[in-house]
Amino acid sequence: MKVLKASLGWIEERTGVVAFVAPLLFHHVPRNAKWWYVFGSATLMFFTIQLVTGVCLATVYAPSAAQAWESLNYIDNHVPMGWMLRALHGWSSNAMVVMMAIHMLQVFLHASYKYPRELNWITGVFLLLTTLALAFTGQVMRWDQDAYWGLGIGAAIADRIPLVGDEVRALLLGGPIIGGATLNRFFALHVFVLPGAAIALVGLHMVLIIKNGISEMPKPGAVVVPSMYRKEFEERMHKDGVPFVPDAAQRDMVFCGVCLIGLVALAAFYGPFGPGGMPDPTIIDTNPRPDYPFMWLFGAVSLLPPSSETAIMLIAPAVGVLILVALPFMSNSGERAPSKRPAMVLIALVTVMAIAALTWEGTTSSWSPVMNGWSSLPTPVKFVRGRTPLEMQGAVVFQFAQCRNCHSLDGLGGKRGPELDDVATRLSYDQLVRQVQQGGGNMPAYGKNLDSAQTAAVVAFLATLHPANEPDSRIPGAQLSVPTDNATAR
Amino acid sequence: MNDRPTKGCQGCGCSDASREGGAIEGQPARRGFMVKLGAGLLGVGGLLTALPIVGYIIGPATKRFTNVWVDLGAVSVFPAGQTRFATFLNPIRQPTDGDSAKTACWVRCIEAGKFQVFAINCAHLGCPVRWFEQSKLFMCPCHGGVYYQDGSRAAGPPPRGLFEYQWKVDGGKLLIDAGRLPGLEESV
Ligand code: FES
Repeated sequence: MKVLKASLGWIEERTGVVAFVAPLLFHHVPRNAKWWYVFGSATLMFFTIQLVTGVCLATVYAPSAAQAWESLNYIDNHVPMGWMLRALHGWSSNAMVVMMAIHMLQVFLHASYKYPRELNWITGVFLLLTTLALAFTGQVMRWDQDAYWGLGIGAAIADRIPLVGDEVRALLLGGPIIGGATLNRFFALHVFVLPGAAIALVGLHMVLIIKNGISEMPKPGAVVVPSMYRKEFEERMHKDGVPFVPDAAQRDMVFCGVCLIGLVALAAFYGPFGPGGMPDPTIIDTNPRPDYPFMWLFGAVSLLPPSSETAIMLIAPAVGVLILVALPFMSNSGERAPSKRPAMVLIALVTVMAIAALTWEGTTSSWSPVMNGWSSLPTPVKFVRGRTPLEMQGAVVFQFAQCRNCHSLDGLGGKRGPELDDVATRLSYDQLVRQVQQGGGNMPAYGKNLDSAQTAAVVAFLATLHPANEPDSRIPGAQLSVPTDNATAR
Repeated sequence: MNDRPTKGCQGCGCSDASREGGAIEGQPARRGFMVKLGAGLLGVGGLLTALPIVGYIIGPATKRFTNVWVDLGAVSVFPAGQTRFATFLNPIRQPTDGDSAKTACWVRCIEAGKFQVFAINCAHLGCPVRWFEQSKLFMCPCHGGVYYQDGSRAAGPPPRGLFEYQWKVDGGKLLIDAGRLPGLEESV
């Protein structure tokens, strides 16, 4: 014991490490800092896991476009615990994004970004950007079809920047095509530049936490007055605060422990993400999708009106970041309680709901045609039973002309165009002919591509698509124009 | 000297006099010169080091690649009135590109000797479009862009028709002018 104490003293005398760390561990934090405050710690824990598993994966991963995909399969299938490491890295990445989002939401709702913690918020915003960049570059590391075509989408967006689009695209891709240089560029970002930036930002974030203290739970009426805040806060902490270790840290420990077990369970149960199809751009039978953190962006890009999408895609992200950075400058004093800031609560609510809705839209991606719908989906029996040969012929044309890729019958098929189960109650025979031949409303014109016999058949089939107890068009007299040999109303 | 407020040196233990250098003759001028010299040398050296680094990083944006005529095979494999899938190895490639140097395109033979060669990349955001012979349409799996057989836009978000490669027939072979990833710089 004596020896231990002596040697510790020897080290302390030369390093001052205890004198440095002790105030960090035992600094006073608000007594009421309860479970709301665990999400930042969880984010940091997941980041640490990313660092450790990332270094491990880098020992086997081959950062070369010719071999990356194979090396990942090798890690999954042949390296002991390789699949688990990849699973941990992938799930922990998602978890980090989620925890960070919750942490940010909490800080936003409690207005903890107000004086004197403006820079805590701003370093946090940059941490968010770094984390998203890590997630995107990480998706590229998988170097599968999704990665390849995802890069293609990034390149196409960069290409739309006025004047310098081509140069920016070349910078992004590291050359005129998506290839070896692209992967290595993103590898350098993913394993050197971005983690380095993240570590530096985390350090800064922590320094600011120590310097400014952890904010108290907001109370209506307890307003932030910058000129008095610091002194009063320190007095309150002195009087009423509790040491970070163990009072606050115990909750962090419990929550992080639960998170860790959850992470291992997810990773062990669901396994690693991908790699998907091999990165051969001549295999075009593919349906590129982004990773979950970007699903909402995919949804947004897909739902934008084409006329304004370039402007929105290029400007909106910059505006978003600007607003986040400007937030603490727009309001850095006054009330912090959510009940006194209903507008902010509303903004948070709308943002969360928008991201959730867009994520849902991105996941279901109703705008994407079902590329093999025409060849793989059955025609529901109820739509062909008792039909004339012409109508059945029409059902065949309907299938072979890829109509099913965009239109569903009985819930099966593309969702890009309207469902056609009861189209005959919406369009008269003539309108059906016109819609098929001339298209419109985002449908291509089939007039050039179907001969008149095919058109007659497919329209005859479509005219039967209505519930048995409803006439086949709501337009009075429309039936008069139906050819007589086909007029049997059902 | 000593009645000036000390700056930057509290607590390090050195005497103010030695810091300001006022007591020792000849020192201030020399120190001022050394600081300037040091800053100057560091600045020049830093610039000289930064130049190649910046050049290296932005190199891909400044380097111009010229497309090359690539052989897609004998014209006889592209029957008149049909649109066929064709692949080639990108002429601009690096040893580490692997499969990603492979490139696909759609070749439409309008009539003998008349072609249209479309890039595989959707003009919207670059996903690979697929040809459907029966409906004579190209469809994109990403956001539902659709094109007619001549490459013109039929529906969906694409702002324009498909990108086209320049082509020529030489010695019974179909050649296209290919290289860089097709993008908006292609005016066709
Ligand atoms: S990439 Fe083809 S429609 Fe968007």
